[in-house]
Amino acid sequence: MTAPAIELKGISKAFGPVQANKDISIRVMSGTIHGIIGENGAGKSTLMSILYGFYKADAGEIFIGGNKTEIPDSQAAIAAGIGMVFQHFKLVENFTVLENIILGAEDGGLLKPSLSKARKTLLDLEKEYDLKVDPDAIIEEIGVGMQQRVEILKALYRQANILILDEPTGVLTPAEADQLFRILGRLKEEGKTIILITHKLREIMDITDTVSVMRRGEMTATVKTAETSPEELAELMVGRKVLLRVDKAPATPGDVVLDVQNLKVVDEQGVERLRGIDLQVRAGEIVGIAGVAGNGQSELLEVLGGYEDATGTVTLNGQPIDLTGKYSDGRSRRDRGIAHVPEDRQREGLIMDFPAWENTAFGYHRDAAYTSGLLSNNAAIKADTAEKMERFDVRPPHPHLAAKNFSGGNQQKIVLAREIERNPDLLLIGQPTRGVDIGAIEFIHQQIVALRDQGKAILLVSVELEEILGLADRVAVMFDGQIMGERQTTETDEKELGLLMAGITDTDKPHTMAEIEANLAHAHGNASKEV
Amino acid sequence: MDVMPKWAEVILVPLISLILAAILSALVILAIGENPVEAVNLMVTGAIGSTYGWGYTLYYATNFMFTGLAVSVAFHAGLFNIGGEGQAMLGGLGVALVLLFIPWPHWTIALLAATAGAAVFGALWAAIPAYLQAKRGSHIVITTIMFNFIAAAVLNYMLVNQLRPAGSMDPATERFREAVHLPNLHEMLAPIGINFSKAAPANVSLVIAIIACVLVWLLIWRTPLGLEIRSYGKSGRAAKYAGIGAVRITMIAMLISGALAGMMAINNVMGEAERLVLNAVEGAGFIGIAVALMGRSHPFGVFLAAILFGFLYQGGAELALWTSIPRELIVVIQALVILFTGALDNMVRMPLEKVFLAARNARASKSVEPAE
Amino acid sequence: MDFLALFDLAVLDSTIRLATPLLLACLAGLFSERAGIFDIGLEGKMLFAAFFSAAVAALTGSVWLGLLAGIASSMVLSGIHGLASITFRGNQLISGVAINFLAAGMTVLIAQDWFQQGGRTPSLIGGGRFEPIILPFAESLRGVPFLGPIYAELISGHSILVYVALLAVPGTWWLLFRTRFGLRLRAVGENPAAVDTAGVSVVGLRFVAVGICGVLCGIAGAYLATGLQAGFVKDMTAGRGFIALAALIFAKWRPWHALWATLLFGYLQAIALRPDIIEGALGFKVQVQLLDALPYILTVVILAGFVGKAIPPRAGGEPYVKER
Repeated sequence: MTAPAIELKGISKAFGPVQANKDISIRVMSGTIHGIIGENGAGKSTLMSILYGFYKADAGEIFIGGNKTEIPDSQAAIAAGIGMVFQHFKLVENFTVLENIILGAEDGGLLKPSLSKARKTLLDLEKEYDLKVDPDAIIEEIGVGMQQRVEILKALYRQANILILDEPTGVLTPAEADQLFRILGRLKEEGKTIILITHKLREIMDITDTVSVMRRGEMTATVKTAETSPEELAELMVGRKVLLRVDKAPATPGDVVLDVQNLKVVDEQGVERLRGIDLQVRAGEIVGIAGVAGNGQSELLEVLGGYEDATGTVTLNGQPIDLTGKYSDGRSRRDRGIAHVPEDRQREGLIMDFPAWENTAFGYHRDAAYTSGLLSNNAAIKADTAEKMERFDVRPPHPHLAAKNFSGGNQQKIVLAREIERNPDLLLIGQPTRGVDIGAIEFIHQQIVALRDQGKAILLVSVELEEILGLADRVAVMFDGQIMGERQTTETDEKELGLLMAGITDTDKPHTMAEIEANLAHAHGNASKEV
Repeated sequence: MDVMPKWAEVILVPLISLILAAILSALVILAIGENPVEAVNLMVTGAIGSTYGWGYTLYYATNFMFTGLAVSVAFHAGLFNIGGEGQAMLGGLGVALVLLFIPWPHWTIALLAATAGAAVFGALWAAIPAYLQAKRGSHIVITTIMFNFIAAAVLNYMLVNQLRPAGSMDPATERFREAVHLPNLHEMLAPIGINFSKAAPANVSLVIAIIACVLVWLLIWRTPLGLEIRSYGKSGRAAKYAGIGAVRITMIAMLISGALAGMMAINNVMGEAERLVLNAVEGAGFIGIAVALMGRSHPFGVFLAAILFGFLYQGGAELALWTSIPRELIVVIQALVILFTGALDNMVRMPLEKVFLAARNARASKSVEPAE
Repeated sequence: MDFLALFDLAVLDSTIRLATPLLLACLAGLFSERAGIFDIGLEGKMLFAAFFSAAVAALTGSVWLGLLAGIASSMVLSGIHGLASITFRGNQLISGVAINFLAAGMTVLIAQDWFQQGGRTPSLIGGGRFEPIILPFAESLRGVPFLGPIYAELISGHSILVYVALLAVPGTWWLLFRTRFGLRLRAVGENPAAVDTAGVSVVGLRFVAVGICGVLCGIAGAYLATGLQAGFVKDMTAGRGFIALAALIFAKWRPWHALWATLLFGYLQAIALRPDIIEGALGFKVQVQLLDALPYILTVVILAGFVGKAIPPRAGGEPYVKER
């Protein structure tokens, strides 16, 4: 029997008081696709970052091709034939594709010879693996799918035999994800070993040969994919039986609460980010906004939440709201009964260094209940926080603890408690379960459905199609700052939505990958930033 | 996750930084051929060995409380105001104009008016860089530094060309009226039987500075505006989300900051010199940076750090008097304090965190938390 | 009114001399900031170098030894800045402020200890200063109309460090955009994680950048004390480090633009020294204090009005921490 391509023995790693990896051992056979699945915070990325030399393990050994290998830094990992595509790409945005590829792997001190050599090699790799990119394109002007291919090419250019991909499909349309998986299949055929880190069960079932499950920093099982089921994997991940679908009754929509007409936003660079959005949300329904990250969903939330100016008309319960000027800010929105759970809770929804009690007042800190005269009524805020933490089962229930000391799920509960306990008419909620553990996901989904059943209007933005299909009653798909179509969630599926996400509206006809690519590239030409 | 207990964060870290700065300062004194132990002795005797020394120490401390608070308030909003020096110069101009051209009947009303004048002038001088930062994105650090140079020119023009009494060669205003003379500590403490030095310049402004400390504390930690200022300083995006305007907070924080720096003038111009001279500020605006860093931008910390720097300043003056060590030693100490408590904070913190972590792990190796 | 006098050869000549320390400091800042390290300590480094170059030149009589001492002293401060902002991931602005004060205090302290002249060095004479270099044929070509005087007065007759500064512009451009080092340096200022995962040391690259910054500031300071003037006086940099930073922003972190920006600021300083010419051009007398403040006022005006959207290196000012 040949030695495994990778073998890790007894890897442990702690960040301060947090034990991210505990005595982990794993073997990955050469020429296979090995999945690593686990909840957010299970320690998957840490483990792979150790293998790539990005972090140093506190204990444990690494064997590559049967030989014990020290990997103190990424240089050593590259030398050992390991390449990694991180979840957040490690590309220099204003460099060309070619410059990014040679960075750190240049030949000699002058750039010109390196660049022309790389150009040739790139052509070969392109042919060999069907990985099309434009070598002279600037990274920030190409789409995410292509950026990801640049990352893969970077690894191949360094002659990697082992390729690690960390949550590679998070930013892709379903069609692009399929394309990626075809590339991975091709690489496997060529004898490369691939490690795929994901939290999506479907991907594991579709493409991997073997799968390891991680929970709370430990490796709980390694099984052959063919011999397991999604239900079994989910149970291994969480440690108990999980409800994979959201339990909810059909919606009974009432009057229109939010009415958006011809909404447009132009960003600082003069690029039109929202190009005439028309949208309605009724009382007692959840409307989901699907789409690949960066197609205007964030801007839509920002406009409605009051931190970006826009043109068009937006009415709430029939009364117009200001889109520019003094009364278009977040505070005015709150006064009008719009609550907002932002997409990026760590940078927007919470101040991580502030205690939970200040975060509970944040945004509502000028409310009469929270002030007495000119001063804040801190005692009232603290009492209110303790009560909210109890009701939302925030753990640990300490109002004095800084927000950064709570887990992702508990942070989200703090934000959610603050926003929905206000009894808003409209709740804006972005990526409600990003970085949240499964236990908390169930709770958060239940809260959202309960709010709907009280007759509130809810606008949900999520890049997780599964979440939209499970939670929303109606879905609108955004592409390139426009809404491509609306569907009842009961009458559509991932495939149809996937085409809409790529900007293709005639979803009945068959479409080639090239068409989809062309569409996506066009959209990125329009709006290159962000993502 | 917080590794260190709060007391270590608030007391131990600044203390160790201070000790490091002190050791290096001692080495500097050694290197220029003086004896550090004697120097410390001289400083202690000169600064706190008599009510005269205390009077000077507290006088300087009053200046530094104002400028330290000024830098702190801006820090809380995430703004680095290096313009305290210029704002204090303009504050002096405000005090001089208020006191020269209006015949105040009594020092109490005069003090109120002078405080207002100082605050308004200081705030206005901070307002322009603040506006340029908020609206035009001009780097506030560079603009406030430029405004220090411009303030010096303005003051020079005002003193040489406008306010200088006819016939005088000295670029200074005439003396303020006797009625606006501020009671010094001698006059304030005599009624309760304490015999404080008559010659020392510490005066009733000290009380105003302490009140300012309390008010700033209330503002920052006990008002909605304070929460807004701190939120904006921590995360611009979160502030935007909450409807806290960037322009508004930048302007308010800098106006308060400039006003505090300007208010220093009631101490040095109205209380001590009793006229406006060219070099009235003597670097106090810059020392405010060290004081704010050392006091962790907390008014009580600023209060303590200001007294420490008052001691260093007065001690340094004594040194310059009795040894060949020039007064610039204080600038070096100030630099070292900024370096260690501000920029090299992690150098002190990281080993300390390790110690506390080891202690904690030893105490309890029970439940562990996973993370990615 | 005489507007042409605003551009007479003497003014332009002094523009070049006054622009030189600004240019060197600006390029110094360019290396540092392109690598993602903000440096408001340019002022302090120049001041430190000005003192040590003048002091060593005064003590040894050799301006070259002075130059070396200036560079070395400036690099010591660069090392401190690197330690604080790279190794210990401290606040780069605060570190810069500390360095400025350290230089302001130490120079006077040491000057007093060494020379007892109230914080200044003795005036430099003879070999203690950089002498002007007369370029070939400068005198013989003087008679050629228009170009002759320009060559003889404007281009020829500066100290060697002026030419070093001018050559540093294409040198910087070439290094930054045509070499592997330049690619990595620019990358580390834009996205250090990309450099790190590509197997290149972020810390190493940034220290090299900060080191180059130290060398250039050292030359700038040496030029101030041994070329432009004859000796060190207290606080002689007079805000030049900050003006250089403003020029850097104005130049949008590009070498050739840095040359034009510093020439502009140099011109403003040169014209501010000539109230007679300003009076001639404007037709009325301008207060001397206004002239003193003019370069600073115009720095603010340019920063506020003409920069437009200057996009600094994206990772600038942020210490690099591997993300969790």
